[in-house]
Amino acid sequence: MNIVVCVKYVPAAADRTFSAVDNTVDRADVDGMLCELDEHAVEEALRITEADGGEVTVVTVGPEEAADAIARGLRMGAHRGVHIVDDALHGSDAAATSLVLAAAVRKTGYDIVLCGMASTDGGMGVVPAMLAERLGVPQLTLASQVTVEGGTVTIRRESSTATEHIEASGPLVLSVTDRSNEPRYPSFKGIMAAKKKPVETWSLADLGIASEVGLEAAGTTVSAFAARPARTGGQIVSDEGEGGARLAEYLVAQKLV
Amino acid sequence: MSEILVVVDHTDGAIRTTTAELLTCARRLGEPSAVFFGAEADVTPGQLAEYGATKVYVLDDDAYRDCLVAPKAEALAHLVAGRRPAAVLIPSTSEGKEVAARLAIKTDSGLVTDASDVVRGDDGAVHTTQSVFGGAFTTTASITKGTPIVTLKPNSLTPENADAAAPIEVETVDVAVSDAARAARIISREPREDIGRPDLADASIVVSGGRGTGGDFDAVEAFADCLGAAVGASRAAVDAGWYPHAFQVGQTGVTVSPQLYVASGISGAIQHIAGMRSSKTVVAVNKDAEAPIFGLADFGVVGDLRAVLVQATTEIDNRRAAGA
Repeated sequence: MNIVVCVKYVPAAADRTFSAVDNTVDRADVDGMLCELDEHAVEEALRITEADGGEVTVVTVGPEEAADAIARGLRMGAHRGVHIVDDALHGSDAAATSLVLAAAVRKTGYDIVLCGMASTDGGMGVVPAMLAERLGVPQLTLASQVTVEGGTVTIRRESSTATEHIEASGPLVLSVTDRSNEPRYPSFKGIMAAKKKPVETWSLADLGIASEVGLEAAGTTVSAFAARPARTGGQIVSDEGEGGARLAEYLVAQKLV
Repeated sequence: MSEILVVVDHTDGAIRTTTAELLTCARRLGEPSAVFFGAEADVTPGQLAEYGATKVYVLDDDAYRDCLVAPKAEALAHLVAGRRPAAVLIPSTSEGKEVAARLAIKTDSGLVTDASDVVRGDDGAVHTTQSVFGGAFTTTASITKGTPIVTLKPNSLTPENADAAAPIEVETVDVAVSDAARAARIISREPREDIGRPDLADASIVVSGGRGTGGDFDAVEAFADCLGAAVGASRAAVDAGWYPHAFQVGQTGVTVSPQLYVASGISGAIQHIAGMRSSKTVVAVNKDAEAPIFGLADFGVVGDLRAVLVQATTEIDNRRAAGA
């Protein structure tokens, strides 16, 4: 079973901000990393192929530095990487990203496309569903547990109201939550082996995409951004035996009780 | 006036508060029409009319219940093509966001998820406000393509009754759900046990416990019940096996924005804060005065959470008894 894992290179938490030029997420001068939620997707892909055979390809769409995210996946044990990099991608929204990823996984071929549950920067969590829509294949998303038997995949999904088991047969799009597994750390052997693994770099032209991506094509325009102001004037008291009563008093005064 | 489609979130026909919020929000943009997935017998048109819906489309097919997401997206795309609404509003649940995602691709439309505010701008476009990067930033955006699709976070606004509830028209809509959309089949569903507390995602008050509880949630639950609140838990408490994952507040759990959030024994890791930062009022109880959660708190008590919560519970109960 061949699995393509879609991963994202995200700014480290402390470095997340916007470009003052065009209000897009600033990806130029920041420290970045493989989105930690995507490590669960890489791990799940490795477990499935270790049990059933097949190869794992790590795909990312992003600037030059995003190659680091692929490298991390290869060190964990993925077999090959594909990096889609093109200046015209700057400012792409989730819909454009899913368009590029769909074209890329069609080109590599796949039995399963695996994603993390969301990115830790944009955080919409919509790309897996968009990918399934574009590819016309079943989506099994937000899995906290994955079982593969033959060509059939069954997941456990915890919604706010129920626990569900959902089943589909491949090819399909699968996304996993941080409850699905514990991602492995790259071993020394894995780190050495990763250096020899093939990584292909594709442009939009290689995928036959000429439009529908980038800032101009985005379906939304960010008009303003602002850092949330720090909460000030918070009243902190030390419990000297009356802390609970003072808390009750505060809630009553604020008409919260 | 332009039609706004509002997807109804309901439990066996009883509408959830989020639906009232969505309908209230939709009235700012145009004339709301509710979209009800389920049996026609379950529709409560009166409830929907109360919040300003003038029409309800009823879509009933096993696929909406037995298959994941795709059939609902197909049905909405059918309605969008036929009705040409000015916008589609959907609850910001995990299912809602995925339905919205697929609808955005099908209709080549702009999508905003987890909006906390939606208005029509002077330019006629739909403008939204949302918090991003785990609540560290707030952005405003306009939707510039196709039929604007927005998922609205619970507790973003206060539901208001329509001035004069107009008569509501009920229209049954038959959409042929494709075989492809039925491909992801729900083979079993175990509903969560009703624990007699509000749902975490849309509760107006949330009391959460973390590592500081040491695994004993009794004081947290008692305080929650005294306030009529939902109970939440930090990732540390969930990872320790002290509380079920369904109650985890944070980036990878439930995102909440209640009127009041009480964090007890929670230090305030980034991933927890991402799930509660947009709460209106934050109260923290922690024995560590240096805990980062105090930096977000409107009111904080440095002390033993059990002692503080038990005393606060008793005090509120006493005041109520005295007032009654």
